[in-house]
Amino acid sequence: MDFLIINEGSRILSTLVFLPLAGAFILLFLPSENLQRLWAMLVTVVTALFSIKLYTGFDSTTAKYQFAEHVSWIPSLNINYTLGIDGISLLLVLLTTFIMPLCVIGSWTYIQKRVKEFMICLLIMETAMLGVFMALDFALFYILWEAMLIPMYLLIAIWGGPRKTYASIKFFLYTLAGSVMLLVAIIALYLANDGSFSIPMMMSQDYPFSFQIWVFLAFFLAFAIKVPMFPFHTWLPAAHVEAPTAGSVVLASVLLKMGTYGFLRFCLPITPLATLSLGPYILWLSVAAILYGGFTALAQTDMKKLIAYSSVGHMGFVTLGIFFLNKQGLEGAILQMINHGITTGALFLCVGMMYERTHSREIADHSGIAQNVPIFVTFLTIFSLSSLAFPATNSFVGEFLVLASAFSVNKVIAGAAIPGAILAAAYMFRLLQHVLFRGPGRPDLKDLNVREIMTLAPLVFFVFWIGLAPEPFLNVMHTSVDYLLGQVELAKAGAHVVAMAPLP
Amino acid sequence: MLFIPELLLLIGSLVLFGVSLGEDKAKTAHNVALGLSAVVSLLCLATLGQKGSLFFDAYSIDLFSQLFKLGIALGMMAVIIFGSQLKGITVKMKPEYYLFMVLSSLGLMMLVSSVELLSLFVALELSSYALYLMVPMRDDHSGVRIQMEAAIKYILFGVVATGTMLYGMSYIYGLTGTTYMNVLVPKMHELAGNPTAMLAIALFMSGFFYKLAVFPFHFWVPDVYQGASNATTAFIASVPKLGAVALLIRITTLVAPDAGESIVMLLMVCAVCSMFYGNLSALVQTDVKRMLGFSGIAHAGFVLLGLLTLDTVGFATSMYYISGYLFMNLACFLVICSVSQNGENVSIDDLSGLYKRAPLLALTLLVGMMALAGIPPFVGFMGKFMLLTGALKAGHLTLVILAALNTAIAIYYYLSVVRVAFTKAPEGRPDVSVDVLTRVVSVALIVIIIVMGVVPKPILSLATSAVKSIL
Repeated sequence: MDFLIINEGSRILSTLVFLPLAGAFILLFLPSENLQRLWAMLVTVVTALFSIKLYTGFDSTTAKYQFAEHVSWIPSLNINYTLGIDGISLLLVLLTTFIMPLCVIGSWTYIQKRVKEFMICLLIMETAMLGVFMALDFALFYILWEAMLIPMYLLIAIWGGPRKTYASIKFFLYTLAGSVMLLVAIIALYLANDGSFSIPMMMSQDYPFSFQIWVFLAFFLAFAIKVPMFPFHTWLPAAHVEAPTAGSVVLASVLLKMGTYGFLRFCLPITPLATLSLGPYILWLSVAAILYGGFTALAQTDMKKLIAYSSVGHMGFVTLGIFFLNKQGLEGAILQMINHGITTGALFLCVGMMYERTHSREIADHSGIAQNVPIFVTFLTIFSLSSLAFPATNSFVGEFLVLASAFSVNKVIAGAAIPGAILAAAYMFRLLQHVLFRGPGRPDLKDLNVREIMTLAPLVFFVFWIGLAPEPFLNVMHTSVDYLLGQVELAKAGAHVVAMAPLP
Repeated sequence: MLFIPELLLLIGSLVLFGVSLGEDKAKTAHNVALGLSAVVSLLCLATLGQKGSLFFDAYSIDLFSQLFKLGIALGMMAVIIFGSQLKGITVKMKPEYYLFMVLSSLGLMMLVSSVELLSLFVALELSSYALYLMVPMRDDHSGVRIQMEAAIKYILFGVVATGTMLYGMSYIYGLTGTTYMNVLVPKMHELAGNPTAMLAIALFMSGFFYKLAVFPFHFWVPDVYQGASNATTAFIASVPKLGAVALLIRITTLVAPDAGESIVMLLMVCAVCSMFYGNLSALVQTDVKRMLGFSGIAHAGFVLLGLLTLDTVGFATSMYYISGYLFMNLACFLVICSVSQNGENVSIDDLSGLYKRAPLLALTLLVGMMALAGIPPFVGFMGKFMLLTGALKAGHLTLVILAALNTAIAIYYYLSVVRVAFTKAPEGRPDVSVDVLTRVVSVALIVIIIVMGVVPKPILSLATSAVKSIL
């Protein structure tokens, strides 16, 4: 267990995971709707504030898993309740805890019916999502990974738009079918590891090449659907468009990250040889996703759909950064995951706010509203610029790192991905142009109220913070990324490591 | 003391017989049956740790049998509670109906304790004949006598299965000269690899394949599920399967762990065929009970995954899985029984907008269906996960992949039921009223399904020591 730094004393990670669940349970007994909203708000805010301790207490000089907890759960199968975070998962955990209060506050008036059930679903989602990023036991990981399906399904199926039935079923079937083979791969790894589900123990083992390929393919299917990578992306636009605002935000900001997190946490260190030999194909798939997402977004008239397809493109940049397998690329990819969570989440919140007023998501119905709702348009402009990776915003840093690493490795792929960046500018500016200037405007439209400004303001803060001073975010991941690359390099060098590689 | 749960059931059935002689005694019969099942459940709990043997060693009381008895008693109690109005049964017949239900449970309880072939056979027939009679007791609403067709199919298939089982038993007696299981086990192990012995075991198993609805003994399932009244189906679909798994575990111990390739192969083929047949057929069903029937065939295939590893852990996992299945299935049938207005069958469309009409029932349905589909954190997932792990440990990679594929197929039809309940509008269907006791049962089932899934440790260790006690 030398890869864990067991946290003596307070169990921060468990508290974070179970706080929302306990909150959801108490929520069952709260009578009035406003009380329920306030309570959900309180629970998510407390969780978010509590998670700051992770950042302040994080030791960025080690690649070991910190704040770890290890409790035996099902001894007959050697399943343990093991939690821990490193530089890769830290930011994702923080992203999750900070996005959730915004989801609650963003649904304050959007959700009118069955508030209690809605908030319970959101809180259960938070528990499962945090657990997925913290789990260091593969059985625990899989349980949380799948457990998320039901609340997310209900979020779309009950509070969704007109085609909610289709979208929710498609989401559920796609994700479940993808992860079935993941389960088989997990069990195979468990047996190959002398009956241990411990994720760190599975890393850097000397698995035969063909075994690695099969495991990698099983991983790939599950994670590529979750990302979603081209050509497994078709569930995403449907789910995004039909989900309520909070559902879209959770989906875009956190759920999609689980796929790329899976690549980082499992594919690279557990099946490094397969990653090296199959990586180039995934790079091309990423390029396809970037271009396809960009072109399709260009043709959308529905704002939510536009953002959904832009997600496909943005996540393409993330997978591109991951599979170049160098430090810049990986760090850019991780940062880009966070950026996409912030920016796309914010854009979905913006669209949701307008939908509450106009009950339409069509660009044409919002033409020229800049004169009527100046505050809203300011926010929309900031987030759109961030989405197209305008310098001084967060996405610029991430995308720049990814493209820089691309040019240092493979100029052809880098060149092929560049039009994606231009397309992003094209479709975002097209959206802005229509919403800002073209058309008569809508004089009856009310501008954002204080609650809505409070929802978006923190995100603006992060857009510029990461855009201007990304070091605090990059610093925490340096050691973990180096270690991860070391694991891949070792496998490439053919070093037969039986035990764990020595940790810095 | 050892025989007290069974004895009480026997006395109870006599009381019910007395009740059935009077006029208009449905209410009394219900109360007697309910009280009886509650007391028997408590007694089973109280006698959980006891050990002993009765009737010239033909009847053994150990942890294994007592655990199954507890499951049977709880299952019976749940069915009596949520089927309380017995909407599909003629008023005149209600006392008799309870009488047969109690007798069937008595037979099953004796079955799991029987360790001698003839007493085993008698116990099995006691439970089966009571069930055969429960099927045609349905009200004839439709006029097409669908329940008669079901009953005929049930009894004919049942008798054939019993016949093959007896045939297998005769071989076993011929090979070993004894009918006592504890003597049989070592003698059969010596005969490992002997084709006649393998054939005998396979034939012996077939009787319980029928009860568990394993392919190719599943043909009765859809029609009986559809034709019998809702409460009867709830009972047939859950409680006798416990007995079947108990006996299949006992029979599998006859196979020597190192020389059972042919039996393992047989179980594997049956498992794969059951899963594919059940899941693919369930995809196109519109009647919820029929769908659950096909899903039951698929689940029976899953249970076999635990048996074919031929080791303690595998048997214990099967026990865990079938006890989980009992509760998941009861949760689904609770909803069916409550939604059905006058005891008619429930089509999937009848569940439209259930979450507006009866939120608790919708939640129960969600938990039950998702547990059957094998979504964590419910017991169905944990059971499946352990069965797959055990089977892969035993080296059956292809089997595990096929089983995993089946999970993906199955999700569709479970989800489409949930979809109708949660996304369709009620379209004028009335609200469903649920009485207090049924509410308690449905909350209890939800809690059990979640707790068994999240904390499987105590039940697994109990099951493991139970299996060890019979080996």
